[in-house]
Amino acid sequence: MLRIATGIMAAVLAAAGFADSGERRAGRVAMPVVKIEQGEACVAATEEMRRDHMKMLLHQRDRTMRQGLRETRFSLKNCVECHASRETGSVLGKDGFCSSCHAYASVRMDCFECHTPLRQGRTAGAPR
Amino acid sequence: MSPDRRRFLGWGAAAAAGAALAPAFRLIELAQARSPEEAASALQRWGLLIDITKCADCDVCVTACHEENGVTGHGRPETDAQWIRQVRLRDKRTGYAQTLPLMCQHCEHPPCVDVCPTGASFRRADGIVLVDKHTCIGCRYCVMACPYGARSFIHEAVSGQKADVPRGKGMVESCTLCVHRVDRGETPACVEACNRDGGKAMVFGDLNDPSAEIYRRLRSEPSTQVRADLALNTGVRYQGL
Repeated sequence: MLRIATGIMAAVLAAAGFADSGERRAGRVAMPVVKIEQGEACVAATEEMRRDHMKMLLHQRDRTMRQGLRETRFSLKNCVECHASRETGSVLGKDGFCSSCHAYASVRMDCFECHTPLRQGRTAGAPR
Repeated sequence: MSPDRRRFLGWGAAAAAGAALAPAFRLIELAQARSPEEAASALQRWGLLIDITKCADCDVCVTACHEENGVTGHGRPETDAQWIRQVRLRDKRTGYAQTLPLMCQHCEHPPCVDVCPTGASFRRADGIVLVDKHTCIGCRYCVMACPYGARSFIHEAVSGQKADVPRGKGMVESCTLCVHRVDRGETPACVEACNRDGGKAMVFGDLNDPSAEIYRRLRSEPSTQVRADLALNTGVRYQGL
């Protein structure tokens, strides 16, 4: 009995892993076009970033706000510096780094109601 | 007594002698600029000392504050945000007039923190009173509770924010003592501007640091808190009021 249950469980897990593989889905469904502007490596592996970037931001948010810890690794400002579009200087807009994926996933983000979506560095800020 | 024990006690005596001499020296140097990996510490308490007698009739501090923090109005003084404002006092009998800048007083016992239902209004370990806009629901209890009228509600959508100063509709905000600059080891924008273009009336520093100018002046010169009767122990002190 136990052997059968274990077998079923293994089959289910294998199927789940199979269904979850990005390549399989990409074949059937159009994937969002995410334009990565800069660098080969983010602060963590791409898979981890896709899945957990919101957790990192939330964690860093409370550390910075409450304790005054201003580490740059997971700071939103740092995200925008790297990922803002070269043309518009923003992470929002049609092909914006954040908005392209969020529009695809239909997940609303509140970050840029208050935070600036514009890079502060080289590109002159275009109105959002 | 074993030699080890004796040696140990010898060290203890030496340490005690060192501690007795220590008041002349600082054993742990209070860092002025924290590293980004270091949390705000209760060893420090940031404060301001404003000498009204030197306060020229200018608005350099107000302009600098609103420029630094990206506080822009819509030409509607009733509802536009104000982080710092110029208050004019006039003695009705003698006609003697004074102006002073008034902003969040960064109280030790802030009424805005007491009334906040979500914990958004809080006092950081180093004494800076802030609004966590992530948890602020815009109820405006703190606006009513603050005896200094220091808090503003943002009524309209905001754009063109500064990277270090996020602002958005539906939240309460006030003077942050330029926390982003203080964390970099700089002084608030109002103080910098006053010492550059104004009457050199403002001093910023650590109220707990005996080597700071603000500590020495508060210790040796008279100063007042606005509404001292409320016993809030404000971080902003005035002279010549």
